Amino acid sequence: MLEEFAEENIEPLAIGAWILGTGGGGDPYISTLNLRRLYAEGTRVDLMDPMALDDDDMVAVVSKMGAPLVGQERLGDPVHLARAVEVMEDYIGKRFRAIMSVEIGGSNALSSFLAAAVLNRPVVNADAMGRAYPEAQMTSFAIGNLPMFPLSLVDVRDNEVIVTRAASWKWMERISRKVCTEVGSTAATCKAPRTGREVKEWGIHDTVTKAVELGKAVLDARRRHADPVEAILEHEGGKSLFRGKVIDVARETTGGFLRGRTVIEGIDGDRGARMELAFQNEWAVAFRDGEAVAMTPDLLCLLDTVSGSAIGTESVRYGQRVTVVALPAPRLLTTPAGIAAVGPRAFGYDIDFRSVFP
Amino acid sequence: MKRIGIDVGGTNTDAVLLDGGRIVAAIKVPTTQDVLSGVKAALSHVIDAPASAGIAVDAVMIGTTHFTNAVVERARLERVAAIRVALPTGGSLPPMCDWPRDLYEAVDPMIFMVHGGHEYDGSPLVPMNTDEIRDAAMRIRDAGITSIAISATFSPLTTECEVKAAEIVRSVIPNAKITLSHTLGRIGLLERENVAILNAALQSLGRTTVQAFADALSDVGIKAPFYLTQNDGTVALADVAAANPVHSFASGPTNSMRGAAFLTGMENAMVVDVGGTTSDIGCLVGGFPREANNIVHIGGVRTLFRMPDLLPIALGGGTIINPQTGEIGPRSAGYRILTEALVFGGSTLTTSDIAVAAGIVEMGDRDRVKGLDHDLVRNTLARIGDMVADNFDRMKTSADDVPLIAVGGGAFLIPDKVAGASEVVRVENAGVANALGAAMAQVSGEVDQVFSGMSRDEALSAAETGARNAAVASGAAYDSLKTLEIEDIPIAYLPGGARRVRVRVIGDIAFQ
Repeated sequence: MLEEFAEENIEPLAIGAWILGTGGGGDPYISTLNLRRLYAEGTRVDLMDPMALDDDDMVAVVSKMGAPLVGQERLGDPVHLARAVEVMEDYIGKRFRAIMSVEIGGSNALSSFLAAAVLNRPVVNADAMGRAYPEAQMTSFAIGNLPMFPLSLVDVRDNEVIVTRAASWKWMERISRKVCTEVGSTAATCKAPRTGREVKEWGIHDTVTKAVELGKAVLDARRRHADPVEAILEHEGGKSLFRGKVIDVARETTGGFLRGRTVIEGIDGDRGARMELAFQNEWAVAFRDGEAVAMTPDLLCLLDTVSGSAIGTESVRYGQRVTVVALPAPRLLTTPAGIAAVGPRAFGYDIDFRSVFP
Repeated sequence: MKRIGIDVGGTNTDAVLLDGGRIVAAIKVPTTQDVLSGVKAALSHVIDAPASAGIAVDAVMIGTTHFTNAVVERARLERVAAIRVALPTGGSLPPMCDWPRDLYEAVDPMIFMVHGGHEYDGSPLVPMNTDEIRDAAMRIRDAGITSIAISATFSPLTTECEVKAAEIVRSVIPNAKITLSHTLGRIGLLERENVAILNAALQSLGRTTVQAFADALSDVGIKAPFYLTQNDGTVALADVAAANPVHSFASGPTNSMRGAAFLTGMENAMVVDVGGTTSDIGCLVGGFPREANNIVHIGGVRTLFRMPDLLPIALGGGTIINPQTGEIGPRSAGYRILTEALVFGGSTLTTSDIAVAAGIVEMGDRDRVKGLDHDLVRNTLARIGDMVADNFDRMKTSADDVPLIAVGGGAFLIPDKVAGASEVVRVENAGVANALGAAMAQVSGEVDQVFSGMSRDEALSAAETGARNAAVASGAAYDSLKTLEIEDIPIAYLPGGARRVRVRVIGDIAFQ
């Protein structure tokens, strides 16, 4: 089943994806500009229901990899994402029926659309995270123990690399990260090809629609002068955890990741309390007065209390009026295998996962 | 040291003559359509004032909204060529791809993308293609364009491509006016390039404006050097400022904050400048406005450069109150307040009417607001207080109470007690705070770059040297330079100990 992805859905997709990015995944601004320009030239992308894939269809899983700061200077061009897909097709000798993004959170939500627009293929209405995570082994495909190779990586200078084999998802992450750093800390990648059957079984389904609808709910609430945060909670069945003002932000970069914490002082019903949000690219664990009250894989989102816009771990700053909300994680991530891959211990917090959603 | 400060606002042109720290003469005249006759009138007033007799002026500082207005009105802009040295990256997003259409058409650019640029670690992205640049330059020359903006990837870190490209362009177009993006902006190619192109589009206006000010000064017999006020609360020699009009975009609010510092003697405080339609809240750090570290839109264009961190709120002396709901604004009677507000015989309820009814301020005919519902008056004042407190708190950088200085024509709207403020400070002469802010300005230099492949100390010292050189070029006396701010942030994901270093130095004006 194919349906044309309408131009007026681009903005809601970007807004929803930025919220589902849970603080990471990169601001979708540049990707949004790229997609708008492609649409302005008359290109259209079809959205495909994952269940409409045949078992032996091949699906390309694309993502931009690297440091957001580099992406602000070396502006991404859709042709390179498309090239990563072509390189993979040449290598495996098969044609991809459709393209999907590895993560729906942040700018990569649009990566599949950019490649698909250039190659004239549909985008699968699914991703492999249902949010954003920093590393390759933190995907639904890794949780499903699917093969993690081959991987193609394309640099703008005609450097094209294929990682033909890797011993584990972690090794694939280490090797591809190294190559990415070597070509300037930004690259277009096509991850291990998936069959239609694998996407049907292990993909997180309908996340493109979910991001678009979420973005529309925010825009609609703003238009009606209603509370956008409330609209997000209602739409996603989420929970408001804390409302307050950012009083401290501490960041450090270790092991190539942005780690740190944000301290929020309560207002309104939370007056007198404090919430500390620990992050590693994305928001990972929320502590209320020292006690862990919410954690990955539940989606922790920091929202501007007035506009409902997501606030990233790179852009949060003192004085912002914020609401911390939790949105339910895709069910797969809360299974024992999911928690092992993306639970608090995967981020170095020695605590048992407890969902805020009973 | 005797200086004249002039602030050309949308409504009024203010001028003051200062002798050291003493105000010798001050005047407020209406801003004229041609701007210059208003400036001349203001100048004549202060130098002809009896108290000014025998005083020789050492320097004149002018703050003007000329350049911002040109961008906002899409007028008086010149045709520009933009050359970006970044291929094979960014090809899908050419320069100005995110500009509003009307502004794009007003600038009517010629756009070129050529191969070259650098990486974050200073290595070349690809070798720069000088033939492509020469070819672009010839086409620009043939089109008769003389103002050119040049940008390159990671140019704030490695300036080489922009500098070399400029040399090539100049060899083809000897009279070219060239803006290099690294001299104005920060990391973020699109935003930095946008600043450079805006700057390029204002080159002719910059020159004619400075020439006109020079003529005005010589017409009234002033021979002193003159300066234009900058976004950061300092001044630059008029000739230097003319080459960088974007540095004067926010001089109005900046001058009012600097004036507030001067009038109160406070160097660390928050300032609220209440105008007719909006108020701006800013933060003084060491006597200077704190700078924004985020995207600022100018005339609909995304930019990232040296701008004061201001929070505008829809609250001014002319803000309209809904008498039924008590809702405040966001619409304002603006300059029509003198005919539309109740106290001036009109039929629109404004914040000024509420203040008059409450006895906070005297203006117009108080009898005309006698009948206002007491609850409406009280509740509106309480809500204005909440609005101020909320936005004030948002701009504070520490949890401690800090003083709040209220300036501007609508300063009476700021309550005597604001939550989170240690005190609310009011000043005399607040009406000419802007001109005072201009008059007292010093000269600064700034470097904001990513350094890598060197130790932290080496990076800090390289940045400081760069900032000092920039200050001297803008007219500072080298021996008086002091480092005002020094800040360094390690950068995520990048190897090689890359860090962004920002240094700002400030010093007194060097007199010839």
